[in-house]
Amino acid sequence: MNNLWKYLKGYEKEAVCAPLFKLLEALMDLIVPLIVASMIDVGIARGDRGYIAARMAMLFGLAAVGLAFSITAQWFSAKASVGFGTKLRQALFDHVQSLSYRELDTIGTDTMITRLTSDINQVQTGLNMGLRLLLRSPFVVLGSCVFAFMIDVKSALVFAVAIPLLGIVIFGIMLVSIPLFRKVQTALDGLLSVTRENLTGARVIRAFRREQDSVAEFDKKNDNLTKLNLFVGRVSALMNPVSYAMINIATIILIYVGAVRVNIGALEQGQVVALYNYMAQMIVELIKLASLIITINKSLACADRVAGVFEMTPSIANGTSEVDVNSDVPVVAFDDVTFTYAGASAPSLEHVSFQALKGQTIGIIGGTGSGKSTLVNLIPRFYDAAEGSIKVYGSDIQSVDLNSLLSMTGVVPQKAQLFAGTIRDNMKWGKEDATDAEIWEALETAQAKEVVEGKDGQLDFRLEQNGKNLSGGQKQRLTIARALIKKPQILILDDSSSALDFATDAKLRVALHNLSWKLTVFVVSQRAASVMYADDILVLDDGKIVGHGTHDELMESNEIYQEIYYSQFPREEEA
Amino acid sequence: MKRDNATSKQTFLKLMQLIGKYKILLVFSIILAGVTVVLTQFTPILFGDAIDGIIAAGNVNFGLVYDYLFKILIMVLATALMTWGMNMINNRLAYKVVQDVRSRAIRQIQVLPLSVLDSSETGDIVGRVIADVDQLSDGLLLGFTQLFTGVVTIAVTLIFMFSRSWLISLLVILLTPLSFFVAKFISQKSFHMFQKQMSTRGAQTALIEEMVGHEKVVKAFAYEQRASERFDAVNKELQKYSQKAIFFSSLTNPSTRFVNSIIYAVVAMVGSFLILDGHLTVGGLSIMLAYANQYMKPFNDISSVVTELQNALVCAARVFSLIEEEPEVAEQPAVLPDSDGAVSIENVSFSYVPEKKLIENFSLDVKPGMSVAIVGPTGCGKTTFINLLMRFYDVTGGVIKIDGVPIKDVTRHSLRANFGMVLQETWLKHGTIRENIAYGCPNATEEQIISAAKEAHSWEFIRRMPKGLDTVVNDDSLSAGQKQLLCITRVMLAIPPMLILDEATSNIDTRTEVLIQSAFDKLMNGRTSFIVAHRLSTIRNADLILVMKDGHIIEQGNHNELMKQGGFYNNLYNSQFVHA
Repeated sequence: MNNLWKYLKGYEKEAVCAPLFKLLEALMDLIVPLIVASMIDVGIARGDRGYIAARMAMLFGLAAVGLAFSITAQWFSAKASVGFGTKLRQALFDHVQSLSYRELDTIGTDTMITRLTSDINQVQTGLNMGLRLLLRSPFVVLGSCVFAFMIDVKSALVFAVAIPLLGIVIFGIMLVSIPLFRKVQTALDGLLSVTRENLTGARVIRAFRREQDSVAEFDKKNDNLTKLNLFVGRVSALMNPVSYAMINIATIILIYVGAVRVNIGALEQGQVVALYNYMAQMIVELIKLASLIITINKSLACADRVAGVFEMTPSIANGTSEVDVNSDVPVVAFDDVTFTYAGASAPSLEHVSFQALKGQTIGIIGGTGSGKSTLVNLIPRFYDAAEGSIKVYGSDIQSVDLNSLLSMTGVVPQKAQLFAGTIRDNMKWGKEDATDAEIWEALETAQAKEVVEGKDGQLDFRLEQNGKNLSGGQKQRLTIARALIKKPQILILDDSSSALDFATDAKLRVALHNLSWKLTVFVVSQRAASVMYADDILVLDDGKIVGHGTHDELMESNEIYQEIYYSQFPREEEA
Repeated sequence: MKRDNATSKQTFLKLMQLIGKYKILLVFSIILAGVTVVLTQFTPILFGDAIDGIIAAGNVNFGLVYDYLFKILIMVLATALMTWGMNMINNRLAYKVVQDVRSRAIRQIQVLPLSVLDSSETGDIVGRVIADVDQLSDGLLLGFTQLFTGVVTIAVTLIFMFSRSWLISLLVILLTPLSFFVAKFISQKSFHMFQKQMSTRGAQTALIEEMVGHEKVVKAFAYEQRASERFDAVNKELQKYSQKAIFFSSLTNPSTRFVNSIIYAVVAMVGSFLILDGHLTVGGLSIMLAYANQYMKPFNDISSVVTELQNALVCAARVFSLIEEEPEVAEQPAVLPDSDGAVSIENVSFSYVPEKKLIENFSLDVKPGMSVAIVGPTGCGKTTFINLLMRFYDVTGGVIKIDGVPIKDVTRHSLRANFGMVLQETWLKHGTIRENIAYGCPNATEEQIISAAKEAHSWEFIRRMPKGLDTVVNDDSLSAGQKQLLCITRVMLAIPPMLILDEATSNIDTRTEVLIQSAFDKLMNGRTSFIVAHRLSTIRNADLILVMKDGHIIEQGNHNELMKQGGFYNNLYNSQFVHA
């Protein structure tokens, strides 16, 4: 929470005024018993109806002023907390934008979405409550005590003893039960995931006839949850009766002391009523304070989680140099690159070296988990390799400005991801100021022209979230166009032609070859058919390059490539 | 689950049946609630009477004061004890009912027809079992007690107030509804703002899900700045609405407090006048002030309880519609022994929805040990056929026999024990890899598990997991291919009499697939097997290939025969291997 305070900047005035006005309002409340006491001790004692009516008018006045103060406080509080929440949300969103792949892998998407939505909302609510009530309640409790001392020091000693005792009991019970409630929540979550598992796995559970075991497992968790609930219930069931008894015993003692004090003339009857009222007021506030602390505690936990995201810093540092795309050196050169994912026990790429020349098509083939995608992800610096060096046009990519690196690299990810908005909006992801002519050109190269032409409104056709209203192959072609629109030097097709049929795949290959500029293409695939026309094919197995060369060379010499090939083109077919 | 709209009365009656065995607890809870309310409300009166004994210097009736204070002490202790007892009873009642309902729900889930599970959202059913059941117990059981307490409080307060001063009581009764109206007025005004806040928040969440959910694409296109600008726009708009919504709604408390303060002042003045006229004592006034302060509370409580009760009734109806849903049709007690693998399908028809026939007049005779492959375009009924074999669904016409015995006449367990099944949608249980592999035969030894894993080519990656076989996995901690390998291992270990492979290798690369295929071939040797496959290269060796289209078999024969026919299969096969 500590480092989140800075987002309150610009709202300092509101953040100070809100509790201040709340205190002023509380002060009005504290004066009320004194006025009632004077009604009794002066007005009734003298039989002065005018005095009593005047006091009532004062009570009206206090109520009105209190209302005004309170509304002012609520306004400031709403402004400060919402302003804080808004800034915090923006800052967190921007921070997430700055993280690199490694951190994104670590936190996970769902977590980040929760942090940005419900966690920040909870922090905002906590701040709002805190500004309004966190000072007010203790102020009323202490104020009641102070006013009681002003009425009569000896009687007020009861307050001085009762407040800390009550505080200890209430907060003691809370302190014990809060961690227990957290345990209950965990147990409930466990039950929830077992239920989900039973539903998603219904076919397998039934096929393997494990229904009874599933039920037994659920019963165990269910029983455990109930026991935990009952245990927590036993503790929290004490809260009300114990505080009720303590409060009333304190009041009994107060009345007793009051009686003695009145008898010796140190106190009047109305003042006893006032003391009694202060006691009542104090109790109400103590109970409010307890529930307030639960809310604030929750908010603090959320704030910690939000702060945790801020503590993650992007692992990729930006470089400064630009590359000369006209220089006559390999476009991409890997030299003894080894890469391990965060938290993984073994490297995903080991000692990888190769070169890609301008205008070449490099095929990368291998089984699932062989490191194909990992390899191409290193080229635009989505991840940094721990060992070895990667050079683009002769410059080490760690020294190159990230934006210029990205602007010369077009990436078509494995999963064709499009966004809600028009086709034009989606194409402009690749180039913010792209003209319609440029968009059509890219669409044509990507064999997506007829896809767009077939839609109502063409470039103005609205895609739903995730491009749900397109087929897989259509999405794939649009994502290829999106990557081509900025006329990149390097194009990475990460298993992205898998949703295309063979004919389209071939047309795409021809179109890429005939571009007005010399494009270096990386084609990642499990299908031999997609890479067999490449100038150079890298065969990956378990993170290592186990062969490279042209299709014909590999068919001669490389056993793994042959196995892959024949698994897709059965032998007799070749004959 | 269609019958969500049971009436409130029916739902309530069902709930009463449900808590049947805890009825005594409920009765005790209600009695204790009543008694504690009366005692709690009586305490201010005794305090007032005690204060009346304290008149002025030298004029304090200590006997009277002590007497009242002692009475209060006894009552307070008794109340505290009873409140504690009541809390304990309520806890027990609520948690036990929740446990019972949930344990019924999980049993129900095991016997629900798959047609019901397939047509419901998983999240919806989970919601019924978890959140709705909680709401049911909180809202209905405790809400009921609270409602009762609230009503008793109002009644007792009224009686005590009128016993002291009818004039002030009338004042309180007439004035207090004012705060109700104020609160209602404000909530109506702020409702509009809350709606705007909600829809803007929805738009923001959608943007977050899209951008943060696909942050890698955002980064790959250096779209960060533009994303931030879009976020800023909707965030600013949200700020505007949130601020108003929060401010307006936070006016409720101060406003009702203001009304209460006014009532308090009026009671103080009228009370003082009554004292002067000799109709009231100072102690009496302090009682009236105390009551005036808390008179509104039970009303507010009741109104919030009523909303919660309505809410809870809806949840209860949802829970009941789950646990009362029609289970699978009852089964015959006969047991199907280990089969030889003769499967005959006679004139079977099936449809998920009556108006749309899916499979019609389907007949097939499978000899023991035969391997049968089923191919065809998506939606042709391949997976449905598997569903019928395993009795996940029952045929709507015709009969399926195994070794001459209609599968309808034996227990589902004994039928399913004859099949080993690998599905396209891989499901793993949250647990260790060992537990998952041994899912079909929990008593397997370590050696058996490892040899099955080697057979299925999953041992390679299992070996490299941080804790090997004891690594805890769940549905999303492995890649699709790895999960599929584990599912295959699961079946390799079980070695059932017959085998069903429904797109079993769809997530595995072709090279590994070839290796697994040889393991399957070994496993299938002499066993009847049914294979649904997308990649035709994997089924070329099948004894019988069925080409299905729109629920009918349009071609059948072995690979060579079908290729010679030059029909649908031939086209399908060649289209997979076209050289571009």
